Amino acid sequence: MSDYNFAYLDEQTKRMIRRAILKGLAIPGYQVPFASREMPMPYGWGTGGVQVSAAVLTPDDTFKVIDQGADDTTNAVSIRRFFEKTAGVAVTEATLEASVIQTRHRIPEEDLRDDQILVYQVPIPEPLRFLEPSEVETRKMHSLEEYGLMHVKLYEDISQHGDIATAYAYPVKVEGRYVMDPSPIPKFDNPKLEMAGIQLFGAGREQRIYAVPPYTQVVSLDFDDYPFQATKADHACDLCGADDSYLDELIVDDTGSRMFMCSDTDYCRTRRKAGFVGAQGVPYGEDAA
Amino acid sequence: MYVAVKGGERAIDNAHAWLAEERRGDPSVPELSLAQIREQLSLSVNRVMAEGSLFDPDLAALAIKQSRGDLIEAIFLIRAYRTTLPRFGGSHPIDTERMSCDRRVSATFKDAPGGQVLGPTFDYTHRLLDFKLAADGDAGEVQTAEPNQAGTPHIMSFLDREDLIQPELQSDEVPADLTRTPLELPASRALRLQSLTRADEGFILGMAYSTQRGYARNHAFVAELRIGAVPVEMEIPELGFAIEIGEITVTECETVNQFKGSKTEPPQFTRGYGLVFGMTERKAISMALVDRALRWKELGEDNLGAPAQDEEFVLYHSDNIQATGFLEHIKLPHYVDFQSELELIRKLRREAQENIAQEAAE
Repeated sequence: MSDYNFAYLDEQTKRMIRRAILKGLAIPGYQVPFASREMPMPYGWGTGGVQVSAAVLTPDDTFKVIDQGADDTTNAVSIRRFFEKTAGVAVTEATLEASVIQTRHRIPEEDLRDDQILVYQVPIPEPLRFLEPSEVETRKMHSLEEYGLMHVKLYEDISQHGDIATAYAYPVKVEGRYVMDPSPIPKFDNPKLEMAGIQLFGAGREQRIYAVPPYTQVVSLDFDDYPFQATKADHACDLCGADDSYLDELIVDDTGSRMFMCSDTDYCRTRRKAGFVGAQGVPYGEDAA
Repeated sequence: MYVAVKGGERAIDNAHAWLAEERRGDPSVPELSLAQIREQLSLSVNRVMAEGSLFDPDLAALAIKQSRGDLIEAIFLIRAYRTTLPRFGGSHPIDTERMSCDRRVSATFKDAPGGQVLGPTFDYTHRLLDFKLAADGDAGEVQTAEPNQAGTPHIMSFLDREDLIQPELQSDEVPADLTRTPLELPASRALRLQSLTRADEGFILGMAYSTQRGYARNHAFVAELRIGAVPVEMEIPELGFAIEIGEITVTECETVNQFKGSKTEPPQFTRGYGLVFGMTERKAISMALVDRALRWKELGEDNLGAPAQDEEFVLYHSDNIQATGFLEHIKLPHYVDFQSELELIRKLRREAQENIAQEAAE
């Protein structure tokens, strides 16, 4: 597809996005407005992540895309193909081999290294949005570090439900300053937000970029007597037997029987290759996958 | 035993092939040409150009063909193409007084210099299905008149002379480009108008209608509605002067609105303004009403809490490409978030049932 520039966007636009990324890295958790472009995929389908990936990819990179932890979900396939076509970069499904990973809703199970970049697709970057609909107001609240409303919300959850009723997109405080939406990852993934890799968050429709630099402190909001808990289904993966990975629940027959499998498909495959077999799995290589 | 589901790639390829087949429809029916769409579905073409922010009837026709007539999808195709185009510069502001009007009506004066020109309007057609058209679409002989080359003065300029209409602030400042800088609020009026002109027709119509029904009513008269071609001029740096680079058709609507005066302004008429690519008068009138409603702060009016007065609400929700993308993204997999919700609700229910059981035991 030689009609388009490397990684689709023109160099001026990439420069503009890189500036926003650098500003975001310099002010961890702060939402930097950027002039988001109309991409050839719909808003809400990863245009922010795609623009950030386009701005950081180089011809030597190896690119991986996951959606819900899986490499083969349709939108992940679509985005991976987009960059294969427009940037001609190498692609992989192996977390350890990728230098840039674009993700929707998950952090890979495998720890990332300091030479890897994790790009998140973000639908609503504003953690205070559903408490205060006005952007003018929420920007003011961030600049004044006025996060009382969020604590009141968490407190009301506890008084009403006996628990903090947020299961994904669980708010965090970055380096003691900005409250940040980690994108709709399950709260199981929150502890992994402190990592060696660079984390970049792109919200295309909302025109915001933010970032968490390597080894930055990221604290999930909680109370002393109601500490944050990373939760997952109380099962092991039925394919690979892992009991430390986030699980998808599948309905497998008409009577509603359930099974559980790793949401991170690469993690599951790697374990099965290494000889691990779950309760309903078969040894690697004996199925079509 | 369970084998993991795969096949995203094949599914996408097959879906695209099926889509192409559906787009073509029954192959025994002749295929539409772009010229047919451009000439015979010109109001669709106009809407796609207006909301796609790109004046190119041929590309708009292609987009309509490719999108199977889904205009929002066609607008999306045009927007995605437009964003890849290099920008050579900006034109001079178009001078709508020089418009060669196909249509020009005023609801405020029975007659005025330039006259009332009804033009090709649906207005006084009786909406009866024309079954003859099903067999034969020939328009027959149509009378023609000499085009008016002299230019047509704006009706508003007559009110201007009496100071009856609030003067607009003159400025040579180049407004920001909505497609090149992120929208930050509060937005200038120029930026609001940029946003409104590419906004979804249905949304803007609904907003405008709400002001008529009393949500920040500002009683608008259509002082003038004009549709026609205007030249576009651009200064070429190598030449040092402006040359005409083309012609575009636009619809311009100026409303004159009641205004009883406020703490800061004397009683005077005020105006709302709409300018849209192509022959798009429903949109242009709607735009003028919404523009006027959004001006409450500058005119010292009260904020009545009406949706059409809320700049953030209107500007953030009027773009159909943003809206449709985000709305439709909920079709994408959300297994992970849903799984975490499942676990949470099971946990909360378990705890609640334990509490109930415990209370019953006590």
